[in-house]
Amino acid sequence: MSHLDIELQQLKTETIKMWTLVNLQLSKAKEALLKLDKDLAREVILGERRVNAWELKIDRDCENIFALFNPVAVDLRFVLAVLKINNNLERTGDIAESIAKFVLNVNTDFDKKLLEITRTVEMYDGALFMMEEVLEAFDKLDTALARKAFQQDEILDDINVKVNAVIADYIRNHPENIEPPLYLISVIRKLERVGDQAKNMAEEIIFYIEAKVLKHRSKAEKKKE
Amino acid sequence: MYKIESKNVDFFYGPSQALKNINLAIKPNTVTALIGPSGCGKSTYLRLFNRMNDLIDNTKIAGQVIIDGDDIYAKGVNVDSLRKKVGMVFQKPNPFPKTIFENVAYGLRVNGITDKKFIEERVEETIKQVVLWDEVKDKLKKSAFELSGGQQQRLCIARALAIQPSIILMDEPTSALDPISTSKVEELIYELKTKYTIVIVTHNMQQAGRVSDTTAFFYMGELIEYDTTKTIFTNPKVERTQNYITGRFG
Repeated sequence: MSHLDIELQQLKTETIKMWTLVNLQLSKAKEALLKLDKDLAREVILGERRVNAWELKIDRDCENIFALFNPVAVDLRFVLAVLKINNNLERTGDIAESIAKFVLNVNTDFDKKLLEITRTVEMYDGALFMMEEVLEAFDKLDTALARKAFQQDEILDDINVKVNAVIADYIRNHPENIEPPLYLISVIRKLERVGDQAKNMAEEIIFYIEAKVLKHRSKAEKKKE
Repeated sequence: MYKIESKNVDFFYGPSQALKNINLAIKPNTVTALIGPSGCGKSTYLRLFNRMNDLIDNTKIAGQVIIDGDDIYAKGVNVDSLRKKVGMVFQKPNPFPKTIFENVAYGLRVNGITDKKFIEERVEETIKQVVLWDEVKDKLKKSAFELSGGQQQRLCIARALAIQPSIILMDEPTSALDPISTSKVEELIYELKTKYTIVIVTHNMQQAGRVSDTTAFFYMGELIEYDTTKTIFTNPKVERTQNYITGRFG
């Protein structure tokens, strides 16, 4: 194994560790939200520091590889992809933190019916599933698995689009309980962003392995590619 | 119209085949890098373009090498005229044991030019072209050996340019130079391509990336891949090319 191979392998291992941490942050934030567990929410907020530290470390490692090894072709695409994935992961970490901050602000349990009609749990599970699958695609260099993220993201987008009418209807019928649905709509918006981040990372994996640029392509074009 | 074309070129050193069926076409005013491991045939291929290999005993060529539309290995080709058209710069700077001025004037004199004023003008113009003038204008009568390695190499490029070739062949022109001299020669290559067609053999991958428009990867006498340099270094199509440029050659 060449020196560069060792560095690239290490970079991959670090990225997987950061990714696993971000996924854990998201899952904990989900549990904190559904159980209104403020201690767990505080744990997520503290965990965000570790995510930020990973981001800085991976940034620095990418910079060193560029400067010292001048990677080309597939190696260059790998480091470029990791650099962008790193950014996406950090933002996803921020989202987990901000969901945890909502939990600290909310004072009443979420109405189970409200959670059901807004499809919040379904959306959260979908976002987590996407993050797990795209991570597996990165680990196993599986672009077919990465491509599944594009379809999964459509489901999240659909929930996000429909939730406005559902919340409006709920507020009309429960004018005494306005705060929780407003928090939930914010959570859903954030989960929609998680889906976007996962999709961006899937695009980076395809760029790294197949040298194809899928960014800013329409859904139909992505399916063809 | 291509400046240089090779069609089905085979080349042999005695019984050993050094080049196998090379087909490649080079556009005018471009820089083409030839890369590949030692012994892959890239320098042999470069030396076909000014028939330098003719000087080696027991060699044989098959196929065609066409420059400006003419087969340079056809019967009756004047090799001296060919070499006037196709200049060459070597790995180690090899100035003649003469003054700086005479090194550049030499090609003109052996070509029968005697007009002193013309020679002086051409020497100055050529030394300026290689961005060496400011460094040597006050010591033109001094020995070329007094110059640094990088300056000597630029002087050798000036010597090649003085007889106004249209193609310049460079065989690892910076491998004996420090980074600053290397960067000066690379800048020069970039400038020169507006007037000349340049073919360069290099072992330095980053150099190939920096200076060339197209890159040809050779391996064991075969041309494995030829494409724009951008494609070769970002997304080569052949696995062997990728293994070579990423340093994973088995």
